[in-house]
Amino acid sequence: MAIGKTKGDKIFNFINYTLLSLLALSFIYVLIFVISASFSSPTAVYSGKVVLWPVDVTLEGYERVFRESKVWIGYRNTVFYTLVGTLLSVALTTTSAYALSRKDLPGRGVVTGLLVFTMFFSGGLIPTYLIIRDLNLLDSMWAVILPSCVSMSNIIIARTFFANSIPIDLLEAAQLDGCSNSRYFFSIVLPLSQAIIAVLCLYYAVGYWNQYFNAMIYLKDREKYTLQLILREILIEAQASEAMTDNLEAAQLQEVSEVLKYALIIVASVPMLIIYPFVQKYFVKGVMIGSLKG
Amino acid sequence: MITQTVQETTKSPRKQGRKRSLWRRNAIRNADLYLFLLPTLIYFAVFHYAPMYGLQIAFKDFKATKGIWGSEWVGFEHFIRFFHSAQFWDILLNTVILSLESLVLGFFPPIILALMLNQVENQKFKKIVQGVTYAPHFISTVVMVSLLYCLLSTRNGIVNRIIEMLGGTAVPFMRDAEYFRGTYIVSGIWQGMGFSAIIYIAALAGISAELHEAAIIDGANKVQRIWHIDIPGILPTITILLIMRSGSIMSVGFEKVFLMQTSLNLKRSQVISTYVYQVGLVDADFSFSAAVGFFNSIVNFIMIMFVNFISGKVSETSLW
Repeated sequence: MAIGKTKGDKIFNFINYTLLSLLALSFIYVLIFVISASFSSPTAVYSGKVVLWPVDVTLEGYERVFRESKVWIGYRNTVFYTLVGTLLSVALTTTSAYALSRKDLPGRGVVTGLLVFTMFFSGGLIPTYLIIRDLNLLDSMWAVILPSCVSMSNIIIARTFFANSIPIDLLEAAQLDGCSNSRYFFSIVLPLSQAIIAVLCLYYAVGYWNQYFNAMIYLKDREKYTLQLILREILIEAQASEAMTDNLEAAQLQEVSEVLKYALIIVASVPMLIIYPFVQKYFVKGVMIGSLKG
Repeated sequence: MITQTVQETTKSPRKQGRKRSLWRRNAIRNADLYLFLLPTLIYFAVFHYAPMYGLQIAFKDFKATKGIWGSEWVGFEHFIRFFHSAQFWDILLNTVILSLESLVLGFFPPIILALMLNQVENQKFKKIVQGVTYAPHFISTVVMVSLLYCLLSTRNGIVNRIIEMLGGTAVPFMRDAEYFRGTYIVSGIWQGMGFSAIIYIAALAGISAELHEAAIIDGANKVQRIWHIDIPGILPTITILLIMRSGSIMSVGFEKVFLMQTSLNLKRSQVISTYVYQVGLVDADFSFSAAVGFFNSIVNFIMIMFVNFISGKVSETSLW
């Protein structure tokens, strides 16, 4: 490729690298700014002295976060929701996707059609709410997990993987040996499907970690709140009222909580930030498998 | 495998009979696979199909004491009330404009980003930029919106301070209704474009290197190669994604709009999904809210069917 580098290409490269660097910097800058602000003194943050690096380094923001018991309740609950939810979701998704990937399963076309239909049409908020109420799930921890525990698009991704990546000869050989479907699935298919299981775990786990909608709609008991719901209370409701009033007295109160907000954003995102570099490739893999026509 | 070959043969009565017995034999032999499906089927029945049954309350005067089935039918009363309500056009236009603008403005940045990344020869640089641009996709909506409040604050937000440094005056992005759409859309692009670019990057990687080599020998520069090789090469991908996106013209996600909503920007930020939440769960007008939601679902469904039909006719690329 070294040959044929014209002057035009050099200019193109220069502009290309510059624009991409600027774009990347805009993301990195936000990350650094939030980290710096979380370590700075409330006054410095409040008066806008923090630009890039921390000013008057202090741990006050983190100390306040650690003193907020509701943050820890939310954290604990979200870890629980994420673990239990992901386990359930992945179990349901892999088993049903495997069954639907088998061409010799009578009725699979009808079932697939019924499930795909739900991607395009739904009962909507209120009818779903009434179902949850009639099932006595209101204000129960299951109301956060169950209503969105299986996603049809993930079933399609998994089904595509099973249909394309597990050699059909294996099944035929196993059947000749009298191996049952369930034994075949658990001892041959699953061990060969680590990549897709990783993708599903990540997709579901991120979904559970980030969601606040179900918790907001179905929960009243604050002991069951998710982290995102607590964050919304602390971060957004305060900010929204500030954006609206701009009054001085309220502003004074906010000075202290200003640093708390940045510390909270960091604390809430730390698990993601830590695992992100390691799991990045699986997210990409998921997009690739999903883009094969299912 | 076996069923397939049978299906391909002609439908003489004897073969049909054989097909049916094979069907039954397969069903019996694979009985355990139905057990695999069962929990998921129950989930979809309870959380997706049962609510569809519950949609009938949109045509009823729902009373909690009488239940879904026992409440009285009122026909299209709730729909008519919605269509005649003072906010109807505002909400409808807010929804359509917000999603149309997101669709049109948000569609090209990922493509451009992918084309640019594809031209980067330094693999390490490419990897870093990719990794950094995907990352915001995984930030939760709550954190994203709070970042917006922090970064765009008129008092100490960094964006407004840059504007002031450049000689402008601070812009109340998060307060005034007129900035709502811009803030919503630009932040959406910022957050999503890296991840949306993945699929185009993959499509670009599939373009044969020989095409580029031949073009280089013919003296084509990079811009010419992007225009004549890369863009035509990923056009099918672009078409499919455009179809998929345009089916959702009436569905603005609830979460982000709801978090960015304040009583001051309501004029622009009230969309169908937030309105359904407001009347349904805050004002507890279940039937009316269900009717509004039903209207939205129907329009969405028709849009997807229509777009898919058209594209099937025009380009032979349809979703199914």
